[in-house]
Amino acid sequence: MVSTGPTDEQPDTDNPYAGLLGGDPSHWAFGIAAYDAQSADPLAGVDATLPDGVDRRDLATYAVMLADDALVMSHRLSQWCSNAPDLEEDIALANTALDLLGQARLLLARAAAADPSVVPALPEGSPVLPEDALAYFREAGDFRNVRLAEVEDRDFADVVVRLLVFSTWRLALLERLRGSRDSVLAAVAAKGVKELAYHRDYAGRWFLTLAQGTDESRARTVAALDRIWPLRSELTDVHDVEARVADCGVGVDPSTVSAEVDAVLAQVFAVSDVVRPDASPLAGVHGRKGRDGLHTEALSRMLAEMQVVARAHPMGRW
Amino acid sequence: MTVLAADQVAYGVAARVVDPEMPMLTLEDLGVLRAVQVEDDGSVVATITPTYSGCPAMTSMRDDLVRTLRGAGFADVRVDVVLEPAWSSDWISERGRRALAAHGLSAPGPAPRYDGPVPLTLVPTRRAVRCPRCGASDAALTSEFGPTACKALYRCVRCSEPFEHVKEI
Repeated sequence: MVSTGPTDEQPDTDNPYAGLLGGDPSHWAFGIAAYDAQSADPLAGVDATLPDGVDRRDLATYAVMLADDALVMSHRLSQWCSNAPDLEEDIALANTALDLLGQARLLLARAAAADPSVVPALPEGSPVLPEDALAYFREAGDFRNVRLAEVEDRDFADVVVRLLVFSTWRLALLERLRGSRDSVLAAVAAKGVKELAYHRDYAGRWFLTLAQGTDESRARTVAALDRIWPLRSELTDVHDVEARVADCGVGVDPSTVSAEVDAVLAQVFAVSDVVRPDASPLAGVHGRKGRDGLHTEALSRMLAEMQVVARAHPMGRW
Repeated sequence: MTVLAADQVAYGVAARVVDPEMPMLTLEDLGVLRAVQVEDDGSVVATITPTYSGCPAMTSMRDDLVRTLRGAGFADVRVDVVLEPAWSSDWISERGRRALAAHGLSAPGPAPRYDGPVPLTLVPTRRAVRCPRCGASDAALTSEFGPTACKALYRCVRCSEPFEHVKEI
């Protein structure tokens, strides 16, 4: 029985639905009652001043990189909803996707505020918010995510392994990004660390469970790890933009988290009695990889699905 | 007769707005309402912080604050977001914790603090959770992720009832 507030009021025994809305009928139309740009801006009132000594384009590009990792991984995770082995895993993966989507939204909004020129142009009068324009109106070649985030999962072991490697790496990055001189990036990182700690533990526990489960689950997990391992090294490659924002204390040089990522993964592999794979890294094309906008075909197919509705209605209000 | 300052009146109004997903809690009890200020021109600025990065209730909370404050006579209302410091379940008030328990939800324990590297935990999270229905201290974790971002799922071993636990973060 839900009442209207923390004080105990007399329940309305005639109407079983009274109080269901917490006394506020607008809750049937969750969150759309007074929709306007101010109430929709995730950074409304947040100080978006650029720190000294950082190029605005670099800061925006770096925020887009961190956002795209989260956005693309989030979409892939959400594709598991109703396809996971049981309802609890549907919910767990959807929750994880939602956390990452929230991080992506804040980071894309940060990018747009730092340098509005990174936001794709939309028709005059379009109500699409800058972070949505970045998410839904860029081509695959403009996405800056690492390729680990975009590859398709063949079975549940794939998503467990990808989430383990991804969240271990992102947690290590965000732990350091908490010290960013950009107050928005630092705040997104501080919250993200708390969320990613749950994601990494979840993936680590499933990795252990599958590796120490049946012969079948172990074989599938080892096969998934072998498939995904070639994407590991790209995570700690350093793009020029990352190097420059790290130099000025705004970003994190990803090569500095490599040892921590390997140490955490080694811990999981040891208890799971799995040998760290020895596969060589997935090469780029003329040295270009995910951070440069060079992606696998899987990303284009994913974006086609993710973006189709928004692109069909650039003047749409949601 | 005591005359309340405009700030206090506006805060009192905003503090009655409830969380859209857990309506037994006000935004004040949840620790989401950070400040309410009346500017010199009479406009009100309420400041809130998200519980989780992707909390879908944020827009709803902002709308509810605007509508409630307008309803109380404050014509010009703005809701700002503050991201720093990040929300912690430690900010849920004592009254909020009692309200959670009274409505069958288990309140969070102390939140972990992560200043340095976050330790990996491969065994299920151990919490001193009490069944909010029968009071038994024997509850089994069903899932670390529940119907909203802020909850885990438990089942009481004694009375067999499932219940939700607000997670430590």
